[in-house]
Amino acid sequence: MTDYIWLIPILPLISSITLMLGSAYLGRSVIATLGVGSVGLAAVLTGALAYNFLHAPEPIHVVYWTWMQVGQFDPSIAFYFDGLTLVMMSVITGVGFLIHLFSSEFMEHDNSYARYFAYLNMFVAAMLILVLADNLLLMYLGWEGVGTCSYLLVGFWYQHSANGRAARKAFIVTRIGDTAMAIGLLVLFTELGTLNIQDLVAAAQAKWQVGDVIPLLICVLLLAGAAGKSAQLPLHTWLPDAMAGPTPVSALIHAATMVTAGVYLIARTHGLFLLSPDAMTVVAVVGLLTSLVAAFTALAQHDIKRILAYSTISQIGYMFLALGVGAWTAGVFHLMTHAFFKALLFLGSGAIIHCLHHEHDIFKMGGLRSRMPVTFWSFLIGSAALAALPLTSGFFSKDLILLQAYQQANIGPLLWVGGLGGALLTAIYSFRLVFIVFFGHANTSPDREIGWRMAIPLILLCALSLIGGYFSLPVEKVFPIDDNQHPDQWVELVSISIPIFGVFLAYLLFLGRQLDPGFLIESASGRWLKQFWYSGWKIDRLYDLALVNPYYWIATIARNEPVDKFYQSIVITNQTLNAALSKMQTGRMRGYIVSMVIGLIGFLGLSLFFVAGAV
Amino acid sequence: MVLVNLILILLLGGVVAAVSERVSSTTPRQVALLVIVLAFLYLVSELSGLDSLNQLQPSTPNDPNSWLIHFKASWIPAFGISIEFALDGLSLLMVLLTLVLGAIAVSASWTDITERHGFFEANLLWTIAGVLGVFMALDLFLFFLFWEVMLIPMYFLIAIWGHENRGYAAMKFFIFTQASGLLMLVATLALVAVYRDSMGHYSFSYFDLLNTPMAKNTAWWLMLGFFVAFVVKLPGFPFHTWLPDAHTQAPTAGSVILAGILLKTGAYGLIRFTVPLFPDAALEFSNVALTLGVAGIIYGAVLAFGQTDFKRLVAYSSVSHMGFILLGVYAWNELALQGAVMQMVAHGFSTAALFMIAGSLQERLHTREMPKMSGLWQSMPRMGAMAMFFVLASLGLPGLGNFVAEFLVLLGLFQVNPWLTVLASMGLITGAIYSLMLMQRSFQGEPNPQLETKTLTDFGSRELLTMAVMVIALVVLGIYPQPVLDIAQMTIASTLKFGLPGAMP
Repeated sequence: MTDYIWLIPILPLISSITLMLGSAYLGRSVIATLGVGSVGLAAVLTGALAYNFLHAPEPIHVVYWTWMQVGQFDPSIAFYFDGLTLVMMSVITGVGFLIHLFSSEFMEHDNSYARYFAYLNMFVAAMLILVLADNLLLMYLGWEGVGTCSYLLVGFWYQHSANGRAARKAFIVTRIGDTAMAIGLLVLFTELGTLNIQDLVAAAQAKWQVGDVIPLLICVLLLAGAAGKSAQLPLHTWLPDAMAGPTPVSALIHAATMVTAGVYLIARTHGLFLLSPDAMTVVAVVGLLTSLVAAFTALAQHDIKRILAYSTISQIGYMFLALGVGAWTAGVFHLMTHAFFKALLFLGSGAIIHCLHHEHDIFKMGGLRSRMPVTFWSFLIGSAALAALPLTSGFFSKDLILLQAYQQANIGPLLWVGGLGGALLTAIYSFRLVFIVFFGHANTSPDREIGWRMAIPLILLCALSLIGGYFSLPVEKVFPIDDNQHPDQWVELVSISIPIFGVFLAYLLFLGRQLDPGFLIESASGRWLKQFWYSGWKIDRLYDLALVNPYYWIATIARNEPVDKFYQSIVITNQTLNAALSKMQTGRMRGYIVSMVIGLIGFLGLSLFFVAGAV
Repeated sequence: MVLVNLILILLLGGVVAAVSERVSSTTPRQVALLVIVLAFLYLVSELSGLDSLNQLQPSTPNDPNSWLIHFKASWIPAFGISIEFALDGLSLLMVLLTLVLGAIAVSASWTDITERHGFFEANLLWTIAGVLGVFMALDLFLFFLFWEVMLIPMYFLIAIWGHENRGYAAMKFFIFTQASGLLMLVATLALVAVYRDSMGHYSFSYFDLLNTPMAKNTAWWLMLGFFVAFVVKLPGFPFHTWLPDAHTQAPTAGSVILAGILLKTGAYGLIRFTVPLFPDAALEFSNVALTLGVAGIIYGAVLAFGQTDFKRLVAYSSVSHMGFILLGVYAWNELALQGAVMQMVAHGFSTAALFMIAGSLQERLHTREMPKMSGLWQSMPRMGAMAMFFVLASLGLPGLGNFVAEFLVLLGLFQVNPWLTVLASMGLITGAIYSLMLMQRSFQGEPNPQLETKTLTDFGSRELLTMAVMVIALVVLGIYPQPVLDIAQMTIASTLKFGLPGAMP
């Protein structure tokens, strides 16, 4: 009863192609119906699939055709479906549908309505292929596919060069990671003779011992791919700029789905990472550092979308931390809850931007609580979940991560303390946002109300952000059972109270203003630090100096083809000789006779010399 | 006789096209299209009768009867020269590609030729005839003859109908190809002389010359002669400098033929002649060739990024992509060779399409300079969408043919030389950089106010139909490349036997 599984990615794909071909002929309502309906249908089919799976939780493997077969190399176009796939597909089609619905109103007055939905549908199809692929090459197809759709959507308003620049940056930076991942695939196939995920994990565990070098190499290459796609250090710089795209795009691609592909990749190949404890430690450290760096950066931003972007980077850092300590289920759990509350926050910010004349600066907002009630409650619930306040969905997942990090051997407590620091910062920056935007003095007034197509997704996502923590993921058979003991009571207590303390701090700083950090901010080092965080720790500047500018410089000096200088020199030598020799053609008898005589004498002299020599 | 007829159809078709200008100036292009379609249908109908095509077996290199089609007639018996044509998997793919891209080339220059229409189409058909001869001739003397036949009409195409700097470009193209062709001729004659010394009679037949016993030193020099001839044509770094000029200055159809097909004769020559004729010398040489391949990938990509001329950028992207072919050939295992053949086909379509777009832009804007473009998507969304598709294909998006090619090459090369593979895969990044820049500078960005005053016509149905052929071809190659792989396998399985033993996995 699961032979319709192929329909789930194909429906959005067909819709996308139809929209591309028919963009000039279709009316807006038809476009919206196709765009939203196809994803809605995919969500319904995913629901049916989930229903079947939860009754008979057996993985499904369907092979459609052999993609290419050269000798031993025979990756298939084939889908593998298990509990992990189900979680991902539910997020992609479910949250994806809500965001499509939201978009149908948000983008209503855009001239390129069809193009927008064509790209967005294409993205959903590619993302579904990514999570359904039974082998890494097909996953790579989805992987590059979502990257391309991200590029197209970030640069959707192509008339502004800045958007094009952001889109290119997103594509190229992630491609650096993708290339590392591709090299990882080369190593995997060369070593194991297959790219089928289930087979290669089994083969790897048969071939290598825990701690061998080659699994470490492979895992680091895969991690580089994951870090590119999931915006982790040092490849995270593209995500804040990617906010140039329409806001629902940020919600779907740059918060809920594509940026978690890296988490999915590592979770899917966790069998390989288990072979390399060093690689796992790297994953955990990268995750923790990213979450801290991004959280500090978020604290200093003014642009509502950039705050959320850095927050996304920071939260995915938590997921990587979870993966690195072997808390696979917790990582995927946080992936899901984060998809709910971050999509909610992005859509909420979209609603604000939509109603506030495209204003992005939080200091020009203020007092929106009473005038945009639905958005206010959305933001409040979303921020509570983001800050991991008790009983929200984010609380359950983040708490799980922190506790399991604590139990990690050796560096566990260190990771835990770092994670707590991040949690504190998260609570501060998320409620800074809420207090500044929705409370206080109103600086601008909304010029319109949101309609039902924007309100319903917000309300549903609010519900999910609240109750999402009570879902239990059907992944028992995917990941090894973790046999961790419960840590001490005090650890749990501290983990719970830190976010609450953070919200309280935010209240004192930004709403009640009992605390005035003005003297700190105004001091020289305070100003420098603020600027440093605001610029994202100057990492963009570093890359510009180290990579971008040199590349431009080399391209500029090489553009006139240095190699051709060699061939030109042959030409010039010939021309010079030609010019010199043709000067002898003077047409004057005198000169000819002189040169003839000189030649004759020379010739005779040479002959005499040789004859004499011979004799 | 099928293969001889095929070439005759095109040669005579060229004469008809030239004469047909007397009817009207639009007749020659119709004649040319008709001739190519006829030739294609003729070949397909003849092939469909072949049982051997349905159950592909690896051909035996020394036994022409194991090939799909073989034709041999005596020509100059005193020197062992004959008219010998044969078709196996590799040549079949190349012949089909040539005919399809030939038709596309006619369509690409449907409207941009303003003078001497008949002679233009004739030269186009004669070039195609020459290329077909190169792909099918298995007598080395005949091969050289066709190598020249395809050169001269191409020279005219650039020199007569080219752009502002056509004289220089045509002369450069001619001298590079001619000089390298001369090397090949000398190497061929020497090879035949070596053959006579050991066998006692002359023969120019490929099937005889394989396995000619010769001294190591001799083999080295002869191999080098063939190598340089083919790598200039490919073109490989550092022999590529004729290409940007020739491509940029050629009329659209000329660029399509040059990039789509003519470059592939170099790749074909490497696979068919250089390695099988001198396997040991080629093995010794493989590290140099691989290094040149990687250098070409990076160098081409960096220079492509530096260009401001739309067509010149695409030309340099070809230099970069051809580096992958060099890698595929000299890694010399099944995966890499399949990748190289796939690259020959896929690059043919993707680059032909980009050159056609470049031609369409030049026809509408009378410039190829990207700083004078910008924001063209606004007024020409169809062309923009097509450009986006082929740019993505060219940067190796999975699901399209070029990705299959590049991945197979890298996979094969990795088993031979992991470090060079890592360097070569930098091409995936540099490729993305110049490709996206091409899109940005031409179709994206603020619409150029100076262009808005002009009325720019978007792609019409002729252009869209031509583009659709190439779009479909690349998608099919990308998600179901097996038929092409199977046909190529016929040649690759047998050619590998000559292989570089050290390079086998």
